[in-house]
Amino acid sequence: MNDLQNDNLTLYGESFTSRFLLGTALYNSPEIMRSSIEASRCEIVTLGLRRQNPGNRDGDAIWRYIQESGCRLLPNTAGCKSVKEAVTLAEMSREMFDTPWVKLEVIGDDYNLQPDPFGLVEASENLIKKGFKVLPYCTDDLILCQRLLDVGCEVLMPWGSPIGTGQGLLNRYNLNTLRERIKNVPLIIDAGLGAPSQAAEAMEMGFDGILLNSAVAKAQNPPLMAEAFADAIDAGRKAFRAGLMQKRQTASPSTPTVGQPFWHQ
Amino acid sequence: MIHLSLNNEPVQVEADTLLSEALNAWGYGDAKIAVAINGEFVPRTQYTIQPLHDGDQLDVVKPVGGG
Repeated sequence: MNDLQNDNLTLYGESFTSRFLLGTALYNSPEIMRSSIEASRCEIVTLGLRRQNPGNRDGDAIWRYIQESGCRLLPNTAGCKSVKEAVTLAEMSREMFDTPWVKLEVIGDDYNLQPDPFGLVEASENLIKKGFKVLPYCTDDLILCQRLLDVGCEVLMPWGSPIGTGQGLLNRYNLNTLRERIKNVPLIIDAGLGAPSQAAEAMEMGFDGILLNSAVAKAQNPPLMAEAFADAIDAGRKAFRAGLMQKRQTASPSTPTVGQPFWHQ
Repeated sequence: MIHLSLNNEPVQVEADTLLSEALNAWGYGDAKIAVAINGEFVPRTQYTIQPLHDGDQLDVVKPVGGG
């Protein structure tokens, strides 16, 4: 029997009660972002670095609200297309946010923002040697995920579908394979989810957490959608731990057949 | 004078200017930033001893929302 009281998510030795990681981009205002973080009950938020021109104070409110949230910071290397770019941006993030954690992105294709698997492994190995705690944004390819584990990643974040598409879990076979073959490493579905039901399904499949941004930020009511995702993730997790029934091809009555009235042999 | 690129914009500074001096002159003050020169990270502890050279490409970044 599972311990229903202690179901924390452990990432790189740190324990979290929430399995929902939320992005901080694309909100219509910093205040909506803040309300969404609160409603999500998340304990980890992602954020990024972009060029700052002198005197430009845009974004100060976002940074202030993120700090006030008390969430662990997970800076990303979004937009980096080479190992060198990703490593340099990770180093800048480590100093900026005083954390060795990094959501590592090495993008291989502009059209679908698909991770470059070769660059991702190389950058992961490089950063881990520098002391980083790497959470790679990867595809659902089993071999890639195994290589990322080989170089020292302790968390993997496969996509559900391309970033910002809201298409949900496009390749259930691959995702199920990952979960079956990589049992003892946290797997977080990162990107592509558009609806809470998709998050619940991923959790029912046994994934350990959900990272998303667009589905909340682009909702008509982002805080309410954040709460909906939080509830769905909790529900999916409980369902996974409870154990889903086996599917059947034929109907099976739930009401006892013994004692059926009006039946005569 | 030497010619630099600051976030992909052309700028000029006096020769022998240090990174810390340039950042102050450009108005970054105590802003929360991180810096790379020619694609290489420059730790904050190096700002006061990091010389700038003609043709250097500087990236100065700040926190933003991200996914």
